Parts: sequence; C-alpha cells; structure tokens
Amino acid sequence: MGNRCAVIGVGQTKYQTKRRDVSIAGLVREAALRALEDAGLTFKDIDAVVIGKAPDLFEGVMMPEAYLADALGAAGKPVTRVHTAGSVGGSTALVGASLVQGGVHDRVLVVAFEKQSESNATWALSTHLPFTASLVVGAGGYFAPHIREYIRRSGAPDHIGTLVAVKDRLNALKNPYAHLRIPGIDRRMVESTPMLWEPIRYLDTCPSSDGACAMVLAAEDKVTGTPAWIHGGAMRSEPIFRAGRDTVNPQGGKDCAADVYRQAGITDPLREIDVAEVYVPFSWYEPMWLENLGFAGEGEGWKLTESGATALSGHIPWNASGGVLSSNPIGASGLIRFAEAALQVRGKAGEHQVEGARRALGHAYGGGAQFFAMWIVGSDKP
Amino acid sequence: MREVAVIAFAQTRHTGEDQGLNEPELIGPVIQEVKERTGLTRFGFTCSGSCDYLAGAPFSFVSALDAIGAWPPISESHVEMDAAWALYEAWVRLQHGDVDSALVYGYGKTSMGDLREIMTLQLDPYYLAPLGLDQVSYAALQADAVGATPAELREIVRRSRADGRANPYALDLPDPGDSGGPGDDEYDVRPLRASDIAPITDGAAAIVLAAGDLAKQLGKRPAWITGIAHRAEPHYLGMRDLARSVSAADAARAAGVGKGPVEVAELHAQFSHEEVILREALGLPPGTVVNPSGGPLAANPVMATGLIRIGEAARRVMDGAASRAVAHAASGPCLQQNLVTVLEA
Repeated sequence: MGNRCAVIGVGQTKYQTKRRDVSIAGLVREAALRALEDAGLTFKDIDAVVIGKAPDLFEGVMMPEAYLADALGAAGKPVTRVHTAGSVGGSTALVGASLVQGGVHDRVLVVAFEKQSESNATWALSTHLPFTASLVVGAGGYFAPHIREYIRRSGAPDHIGTLVAVKDRLNALKNPYAHLRIPGIDRRMVESTPMLWEPIRYLDTCPSSDGACAMVLAAEDKVTGTPAWIHGGAMRSEPIFRAGRDTVNPQGGKDCAADVYRQAGITDPLREIDVAEVYVPFSWYEPMWLENLGFAGEGEGWKLTESGATALSGHIPWNASGGVLSSNPIGASGLIRFAEAALQVRGKAGEHQVEGARRALGHAYGGGAQFFAMWIVGSDKP
Repeated sequence: MREVAVIAFAQTRHTGEDQGLNEPELIGPVIQEVKERTGLTRFGFTCSGSCDYLAGAPFSFVSALDAIGAWPPISESHVEMDAAWALYEAWVRLQHGDVDSALVYGYGKTSMGDLREIMTLQLDPYYLAPLGLDQVSYAALQADAVGATPAELREIVRRSRADGRANPYALDLPDPGDSGGPGDDEYDVRPLRASDIAPITDGAAAIVLAAGDLAKQLGKRPAWITGIAHRAEPHYLGMRDLARSVSAADAARAAGVGKGPVEVAELHAQFSHEEVILREALGLPPGTVVNPSGGPLAANPVMATGLIRIGEAARRVMDGAASRAVAHAASGPCLQQNLVTVLEA
C-alpha cells in the first residue's frame, strides 16, 4: 500500500437532470473548487490532477482531459485520465491515491464527472464493436436477468427491491446534493411506477444526472483539517465473456473485497465497518452486493435488507447519502461513493451522518459486473 | 524511488490497412510473446491504454480482458490515453513495494475511421471543435510557427522511412516524393506535405515492468527507468507558443534527461516538424540518434505509438546497443501533454 494517504477535501455539485448554466469545464471546476476550499488549499498547492469519467461517447468529447486541463488548474502539471467503465470513479480515487502512496506527489486532486444531458447514455451504451452482438438494451436490460437469477437462487420475496428503493430515497431527503428528493416516497409509490425491465420498475433504477465530484488527497506530512485515512484500496477485473463466470456473484468483487479487508485488518465486515457507500444502480443490487462483499452469507443478503439493518438507523447503514439510486452522474458515481465514505469518517456528512462512524467502505463496479474498485477509509491513522 | 525496469517488449508487425483482425486478436499474440519471454503468467498489476473513438464504441477496452486471460480476476486499470501513460501508472503502482511486476499494453486501429476528423473531437467542444479544425490543420498551424525549412522536414521523413524499412515491425514506405504514392509530395495543409504526416496504422504493443531483484533475475540486461515524468500545458492553441513545447521541456527536466549522455531518443512525433520541436525541448545533444526504429512517421498505431517509443528505447538498452536512452510520448492537440522516460543499462 506504500506511504500513508488521506482525503483532506471533498467537493460535490448539486446533482440534477440538466445543468444548463455551466459547461463541462464549469461543472468540474465547481466540484474542484469546493474540494480545495474544504481542504483550505488552492490550485497552486496541487501537484497532479487525475480525471475520471465513463465513455467519451456520453458527451461526445474525445479524451476530454485535454480540454479540461485549464479549468482544473492543471497546466504545468501531470494530468492523467482514467476510464474503467462504471467503476471509473472509484478507480480515479485509487489512481490518485497511488501517486501519494508511491511517494511521487504530496497533494493530488482527483475529479470525476458526467454531464449526461449532453447526450443519451442508453444510446451510447447500446452501440457495439463490429462483429459483436448488440444488446440494444442499455444497462437496465443487461442487468435485469442477473437480478432475476439472484431472486431464483435466493428465494427472496418480490418486495425486497422496493424496500431498497424507498430506503435510499428517504436517505436522499437528508442529502442536499442528491438528485432525486421525493417527498412522501413509500412502497406504494415505487410499486405503482411502470415496469421497465422486469423485475426493475422505474423507481428501482438510478436517474440520469449531471454532476461532478472532487477530492484532495494528501501525504501524511501535508495533512490539513480533518483527514479520512486510507486503510486499504484495491481494483479487480475479470473477462466479460468467460464461460462459467458467475455474473450474479462475481469472483472479482469477492477478491477485491478480500484484498481491502486484508489491508485494513477487517475479518468481519458486518461488525467492523460502520457505514458503506456501495454502487447500487438498481435496487436489487443491495442484497446482491451484501453477499458479494461478505456482509451476509450466500442467499442471506435480502434478509439483512428486510431486517432494516442497512437503513440509516440500522446497525450497518448502506448508502446513507441516498446512493446511486438517488444521484447518477455515471462517471462520478463511484467517486461519490468513495467521497461519501470519507465524509462519514470525517464526521462531515451533515444530516445523513452516521453517528460515531470510524470506518467506512467505498465501492464501485462497472462493465458487465466485471470491474471493481473499493477502498476502506477510517478516522484513525492506519 | 524503487528501481523499476523494462524487461520485455513486443509489438505487432504493424499494417497500413485493416487485416481483418479485431483488437483482442491484435493484442493476444503480443501478450503471449512477453509472457513467454519473461516466464511470467501472472502480474502484480496490469494497465492498458486505448481510445473508444477509434473503435467507435464505448468500453472498447473491455474485450481486451478476454484476450489477456484475466482469470482468476486481476488487479487492473485503464487509461483513455496513449499506453505510455498506462506504463507510468504501472511504474507508480510498483513504487508501493507490495507487487513486483506489471503488464502494460496498448492498441489502436486507425484504419477503421477518419483519424484526422476523429481527432477534432478532442478539442474544446464549445469553442474549438465546432470550427471543424482537423488534426492535420492544427498540426499545420504548429508547423508554420516552427518555420523549419522544407529540406529539413524532408530529411526527417527520408531518414524515418529508411529506418522504418529496416525495422520489420514498421511499414515499408519509400523515400518521400512521387515514388511514395500519388500525392506524397503534395501539400496536404501547408506547410505540411502528405509525407510529413504519420501513416494510418493498425497495431498493438506490450511491455513488462519488473522491480528490483525480480528485474535482475528475469532480465539479462534490464532497461532501468531512472527518470519518468509527464506534464500538460494549456489546451487553447492561442495560449501557447506553438514553436516550443514547454511541457516537454518540463517533463524532460523532471525526468533528468540532461543528467547524462543520450545515445538514442525515440520521439512521438506524428508530424515531421514535431521532431524539430521535441529535439530542442528535450535538449538532445547533436550526436543523439533519433527514432532509429523509424518512429511514428514509419508506423503509428495510435494509443500504442507512445508505448512503442518506450519499448524501442528500452530494446536498445536491453540488447546492448545503448547504455542510456530517452523515450517520449505525447497526447492532446499540438503536443499538449508530454511524457519523458530515461532508460539506462
């Protein structure tokens, strides 16, 4: 893991369907300036910038790091652009942290964004390489069969997804940056929305958001303010077309979790982690990832959700911020998970703060549930 | 910093037209070659570079995971940049001390689209891209600012193509002029002639990095990375002195290019005039042999071209032809970003 590294600043934009008032550059700069302000720094203090986003087709700007360098104060500095599908936000944080952990830089700015209103993500996700089959279904059509298979294997009752859809939106009401803030959200409201990809209803899915998130990462001797120390970080990838790979409970996710837990000295995540921000773009992914990440045994994840354990008032709150179900600027969604985990252990999560949170998990996944990025942050120096 | 070296390099026999191979088919053999050469089948870290816009589809790097055999799951990342930046990320990862080897690869098929039009899309989408300035046109602005003589540029092209003909992996292009095919000597966008522009190329490359004892154990003569750094400069062409590359000079200083002799330099010059700018920015002494592989003017598989510069420079150190070499990679319009690596025996 190398040298110690901590999050010392977090900045987010208010996530919403369309940010017509800013350019892409204006959007990322807004998040970056807020992260710098939180850290008590300016662009001058930053040694390197790491930019992450999902496919360039989402905005129609190829390799936008070139264009965004000026808005992020990066002229004269090293700029790196990360792209690891939906997990990219998490990977961006890890690539930035790596620069500090490797002893190359002292302060690194990481920024991830998506301005979905510039394009149509479902269209961009449905184009395909020559000679390969096109799914023409977007992400929901791809993941619905995986969810059905989870329900078949686990025997989970139909309403579990609805519980998550309500719980995360209730949390979002406490997060001023959340996109979907639905007063009076309840099970009846979710169950009355149209079925999009059975068993995924409209309110079981994430929104399309414009937004950016940024963090300032620092070496131990450059820490200012309230740090969130990185206790472990890992990435795992597996092939999408490998026959025999379990796409419902992927090996890559299990291996990645085992790696970060080992680094952080965690043997029982359910008891030793206080709060988790996990990439749940469709409500059913909460019970699925509860199992994949070792919070529950196989086939048992839905019972933990049903018991209320993952609610803000439960003993292991998942997505206290409202999660991806409430805000989804795709390329930034993973970085938001990592940043919200850091806010929790810094005690700076505001109304959705989990009291006494000392150790948090940030998680992101992408591609055909084949790319994983995770970190554990804590209030104590590792 | 922890000692890290290039211990293996492989590349495809690049082609000037589509050979019917998809990206995984291009990558597969070069990955196999570096695995065989090092005896390693698993790596502590893997990182690649590619561009969705060349493939015309999102997540074009996903299928590459099938080609490299990422099972059991691997610790892996990807940059949407030239794979030279993937090598930089892998070098940083090896500094942590917990893993000792890394696989880096990059690939690109420019035969499938109109590269100069595609490159327009990397410009500021609000103020620059709508002007429709294509890659050759903005390169021509820079060539004009440099003011190199036609004879100087022609000699760079002649030398690059001759070296390329001697390199089994590069394209076979004749001396510049009418024998180079119809229009080879004609102006494309003044002052650039068709021969001043890197050829459309399909190809891939892979490098294995190893740290400390593992490098000594696996490599007969590892090419040690004694300096590596990259820098960006402002995007807007009007905010830069196009005749010079400040970011390449800064990266070269940070990498320590001037701390010793430079026997060989492999430069990511996709246009002949870029070599003139880069020689000066890197402060290369007069005796330095530039682009003995033929360089990008002899083979330009975009997104692998920068990585190949590192591989070619390392190869000369590994085979004993040089004891100190420099490699350069570029990204962005008119050399906006530059990465410089120093390799030593």
